[in-house]
Amino acid sequence: MADLSLRQIKKSYGNLKILHGIDLDIKSGEFIVFVGPSGCGKSTLLRTIAGLEEITSGELSIAGEVVNDVPPSKRGIAMVFQSYALYPHMTVYDNMAFGMKIAREEKSEIDRRVRQAAEILQLTNYLDRLPKAMSGGQRQRVAIGRAIVRNPKVFLFDEPLSNLDAALRVATRIEIAKLKESMPDTTMIYVTHDQVEAMTLADRIVVLKDGRVEQVGSPMELYHHPGNLFVAQFIGSPAMNIVPATIDKAGDNTVITQVGGRKTNVPVATPADAAGTRISFGVRPEDLRVASGETALFEGRVDYVEQLGEVQMVYLDIGIADQPLVVKLPGNADVKRNSTMKVDADADTLHIFDPEGRSYARTQNTAKAA
Amino acid sequence: MANSTGKSFLGRFGVHIAVLVFVTIWTIPTLGILVSSLRDKDQIIASGWWNAFSSSSQTEAGRLPPASAQIEKDGKFVIEGNIFEEGQERNISAFGLRSAAPTEYEAGAVADLGDGVSLQLDEDGSFVMSSPVAFEGERGQRVYYESSAPPRFTTENYETVLFSEGIGRSFMNSLTVTVPATVIPIMIAAFAAYALAWMRFPGRALIIAVIIGLLVVPLQMALIPLLQLYNGVALFFGVPSKTYLGIWLAHTGFGLPFAIYLLRSYMAGLPRELMESARIDGASDFEIFIKIVLPLSFPVLASFAIFQFLWVWNDLLVAIVFLGSGSDQLVLTGKLNALLGSRGGDWEILTTSAFITIIVPLIVFFSLQRYFVRGLLAGSVKGG
Repeated sequence: MADLSLRQIKKSYGNLKILHGIDLDIKSGEFIVFVGPSGCGKSTLLRTIAGLEEITSGELSIAGEVVNDVPPSKRGIAMVFQSYALYPHMTVYDNMAFGMKIAREEKSEIDRRVRQAAEILQLTNYLDRLPKAMSGGQRQRVAIGRAIVRNPKVFLFDEPLSNLDAALRVATRIEIAKLKESMPDTTMIYVTHDQVEAMTLADRIVVLKDGRVEQVGSPMELYHHPGNLFVAQFIGSPAMNIVPATIDKAGDNTVITQVGGRKTNVPVATPADAAGTRISFGVRPEDLRVASGETALFEGRVDYVEQLGEVQMVYLDIGIADQPLVVKLPGNADVKRNSTMKVDADADTLHIFDPEGRSYARTQNTAKAA
Repeated sequence: MANSTGKSFLGRFGVHIAVLVFVTIWTIPTLGILVSSLRDKDQIIASGWWNAFSSSSQTEAGRLPPASAQIEKDGKFVIEGNIFEEGQERNISAFGLRSAAPTEYEAGAVADLGDGVSLQLDEDGSFVMSSPVAFEGERGQRVYYESSAPPRFTTENYETVLFSEGIGRSFMNSLTVTVPATVIPIMIAAFAAYALAWMRFPGRALIIAVIIGLLVVPLQMALIPLLQLYNGVALFFGVPSKTYLGIWLAHTGFGLPFAIYLLRSYMAGLPRELMESARIDGASDFEIFIKIVLPLSFPVLASFAIFQFLWVWNDLLVAIVFLGSGSDQLVLTGKLNALLGSRGGDWEILTTSAFITIIVPLIVFFSLQRYFVRGLLAGSVKGG
């Protein structure tokens, strides 16, 4: 129901700058996930959108209206906190009805909305309970219910799953995804440091680092076409392997020289004057496979193997100190420690990054892979 | 958590023993006062309160009726009767005729007084004195006896103290001082504490610093200047300077720094997300305070109420300075002090007054102590 637009949003506490000018457009009904390492400013950004933090400079508008100085309650938002933030002395019903009671809405309307939300979240049997008599997952559902009752234009989630245990986290994640499906018009903004949540929930992911937007895009875009080294290593687990290389031949189809002199063809366009530039060469562990023929991308000694059952992580020593090459192989592959292994990857899964860490634009014919 | 008090059985045992010892030390004097206040005033003097449930014995002197009560019987002159008045339940264990040997004869034995005169004194106090010749004289025979009385408990002391000694009136005076002097600072401090904990305004840190500083100002320093101020105000408006309103304000002022400090620390520790959530829900600062912070702060409000109530209830100094000594303004502590001077030997008065004085603090403590247990926050945040 509401577009959001952020224009050069800056936030600082005294001399400490947290956000360095965030520009972002969020379309109505989108599910946006802010993701980044701790301290990157993602929670602060969410709180400025909520109105809990003042914006130092810049312009925030919701549904075309500038809301910089509008109090949180008038912004048409609802927020779900990491710690649930349920009012401990009120029953579940009163927790959910609190906002409407403050707004002095009619009793029958309050009752209808609370029961409707409770129905959606299967909380009907718990309406008379106090929060302390409920489990973590139930409490989080109450917090979500409290947000639903407000019937917000924008739903804000601040790491809602990080206090739950692993099994409950998966279940609640699916519930949130279904909730989004049932409310297609509601914009949702979700903050997390967990890339799995980001990948599974988001329409678009906003990767933040040190108060700056690193990249905005759909999960698959970010996975297949990371805009820079940081995103490349942040999205995906285990992280992308990065090894130093030099551009041998620039052009539409670049040839690079890796450490050890091995030449590799990468289907990425580089500017003509880029030959000789020292670059970073990246390939994801899951894109690597044991080489069948003579040609191989890397060759190294198996330093260590982590067997996870369905897959195994093979750490190859390819001659770069303290930086093993991680290869994700099927769990049943026969790998012997200290043996020599050759690995290969498809050309269109290779990434190269310029000295500043930005990725070179991929040539058209392979972009459709996204 | 099960082992938080001590790692071993021995450790926990030690803790329990220590607790028991402290509880006993604290309880015994109180119990003594209670028991004493309920005893007969003569028995208080005769034996300690720990003997209250056994008969108390005391040696007394009595005088038998004079010669005019004698009758002639079988050729002998006899004086009969009971040395106890009607209704007194006492048992005589021994008696004597000289003060030097008050327990010379067993009860029921016959004492020989010489010249054929004999005296028999029974356990129940009945006596028979017989003589071959007529008794003479205005004064009867002096008898010493050791008697024991069964324990006797009574509320007479309370009736005496409450209605004749003026303790009842002082009790009401104390309540009149204490209840408002507890409620007013809590109300002011709760608002102030919320503002200082959760509202942003310039100078907040300075105000907090000043309040912390005021914590260490001794009350005695302010007494005389404050009294002068009161006198000035009273003179200006032509009203008395020693009033209940005056002492309420004085106690409020003396209690506020600690109240604000205590309440602020507690409120500042409430989860910030609660306030933010309420703000998103549209609650104003006032509504957050009334509907969220105040209910959650109940434990600390209760504990401060106990502190302030006890302090004001037990206060003598401020009451002496700011209230008059007439019966309409004299508080319990002042009254006790006065009684100590005028009735210092009358233990039944003192113990009873003392117990009336501590009964209110006891009720306050036991009725509010469950709020010391900070269970109210459980469930609000993770790990709560």
